[in-house]
Amino acid sequence: MAPAAVTLARRPSSSLSFRAFQCWLTLYRRIWRSSVWSSVLGPLFYLGAMGFGLGSLVDRHGTASLGGVSYLAFVAPAILASSVMNTAMGEASYPVFGSIKWNKIYIGAQASPLRPGDIFRGHLMFMTMRIAMNAAVVMVFMWAFGATRSAWVVLAWPAAVLTGLAFAAPIAAWAVTVTHENNFAYMFRFGMMPLMLFSGTFFPLSQLPGWLRPLAYATPLWHGVDLCRGLSLGHVDLPAALGHVAYLAVLAAFGIWAGARTYRRRLYV
Amino acid sequence: MSEHEVLVRACGLTKRFGDFTAVDGIDFDLYRGEAFGFLGPNGAGKSSTMRMIGCVSPPTSGDLVILGRDPVRDGSAIRARLGVVPQEDTLDVELTVRENLLVYGRYFGLPRRLIRERTDALLDFVQLSDRARDKVDPLSGGLKRRLTIARSLINEPEILILDEPTTGLDPQARHVVWDRLFRLKQRGVTLILTTHYMDEAEQLCDRLVVMDHGTFAAEGSPRDLITRYCSPEVLELRFDPEVHELAADKLKDFPAERGEVLADRILLYVTDGDAALAAVRSSGLEPLTSLVRRGTLEDVFLRLTGRRLED
Repeated sequence: MAPAAVTLARRPSSSLSFRAFQCWLTLYRRIWRSSVWSSVLGPLFYLGAMGFGLGSLVDRHGTASLGGVSYLAFVAPAILASSVMNTAMGEASYPVFGSIKWNKIYIGAQASPLRPGDIFRGHLMFMTMRIAMNAAVVMVFMWAFGATRSAWVVLAWPAAVLTGLAFAAPIAAWAVTVTHENNFAYMFRFGMMPLMLFSGTFFPLSQLPGWLRPLAYATPLWHGVDLCRGLSLGHVDLPAALGHVAYLAVLAAFGIWAGARTYRRRLYV
Repeated sequence: MSEHEVLVRACGLTKRFGDFTAVDGIDFDLYRGEAFGFLGPNGAGKSSTMRMIGCVSPPTSGDLVILGRDPVRDGSAIRARLGVVPQEDTLDVELTVRENLLVYGRYFGLPRRLIRERTDALLDFVQLSDRARDKVDPLSGGLKRRLTIARSLINEPEILILDEPTTGLDPQARHVVWDRLFRLKQRGVTLILTTHYMDEAEQLCDRLVVMDHGTFAAEGSPRDLITRYCSPEVLELRFDPEVHELAADKLKDFPAERGEVLADRILLYVTDGDAALAAVRSSGLEPLTSLVRRGTLEDVFLRLTGRRLED
């Protein structure tokens, strides 16, 4: 007999999701060391190689097409946006799949008062935390390298988190339905790579052939890149920025809605 | 038992996966304080039934009431009062023994202090106190099973659901698990378990159902089932493979209650095994080995389904 457990189980769902989140925190406290290097060194290498290495070459030929800023300042916010995408894809793919197939965290949690939607939202909270942490690391490097041009850049942090969530929520909603892990390799190869290359990340979209541009405008990463870049350079075009936020928010909301359903279908068979 | 409180009531309970019917309209009542077993071979529908009772698998049709509630609508509230020991361990192997209980206790919304107190008591109960700070990964199968049982008790459940609790354990580890489960029963915890081990069913269950192809072939206490479906004694005969079929043919007319011809043995269900053996010998058949034993649930199962349990 457990009257305490019974009354607590009637709490609202946000509290149930938070319980699932706590499980991930406990686990993270055990394994955070292994993720530190990729979180810190990845952005450091990218900023160094692209910003300074490639940047010195680009800057010598004039940067009018970049809007007159150094290549480092141009590319740094895009590296911020694409690295949160990487974090989101990493956190929302294999760990979700593994929570059913490998360490069975979801299966264990399922036998408790947590419902599939709570399990999903709790894990998504943890992904969002990881995204926010990695975004903060990149921003510290941006600041240290003098790659920012405006105080608006502080808003690039929530913008990056929103970009990450717009990837993490729908990907997690899909990942829970995946029956073979090979599918994730396809996502990284045919999803992440082209997005990183053709979303106005390393060169402005004006350099793409005209027929390809609408495709790039449709990708979520371009919205994240353009939003973060505007904030970092201090060239915020309000209607465009609101458009980006709306696009990303709709994608994130869709993922949150879909995830509660796909998790239920997968876990309650 | 019938005057006791009913904790689980199933009526025409059915579970289908596409064209396959895993559970085919079963009815049962589970009373507070009893140990109720589902005995059957793999694929009989035991685990599907457990998942429905565990509120993680909505029934396709039929009625299921658990602790007076509807598992589809009130699954979360029901699960708060259940403990589940799944067939495969779902422990977090990267965490320590203690952390596993902490995470699980938090799922149930228990305050940390209470979890700490219960963890001490539970680890003591499953004899894992000295491993409390160890990681789970290197623990043996038997220890992991005991930890899973401790974890399932963190919310002090009214019903403990065990899906093949000792499958894959060595005999000694099985006995430790049985002993702990027996103690839980003594404390008044209601147990529902599935097994394909007849000795496990005999040891632990007050009442059991023999399940096959999604339905119940029989229902009763282990003793009941044996007296109802089996003769007092069983004579097991093993012949030279050359004459196995010939002997089987001859023994058809033998005055036994019933005979059963297996691939390697012939079973005769009789009242007096020694007398039957003497009669077999005097009829000119000489078995390589012979064994007279009491009837078991294995024989009941064979009688009811025509198949052996662990096939």
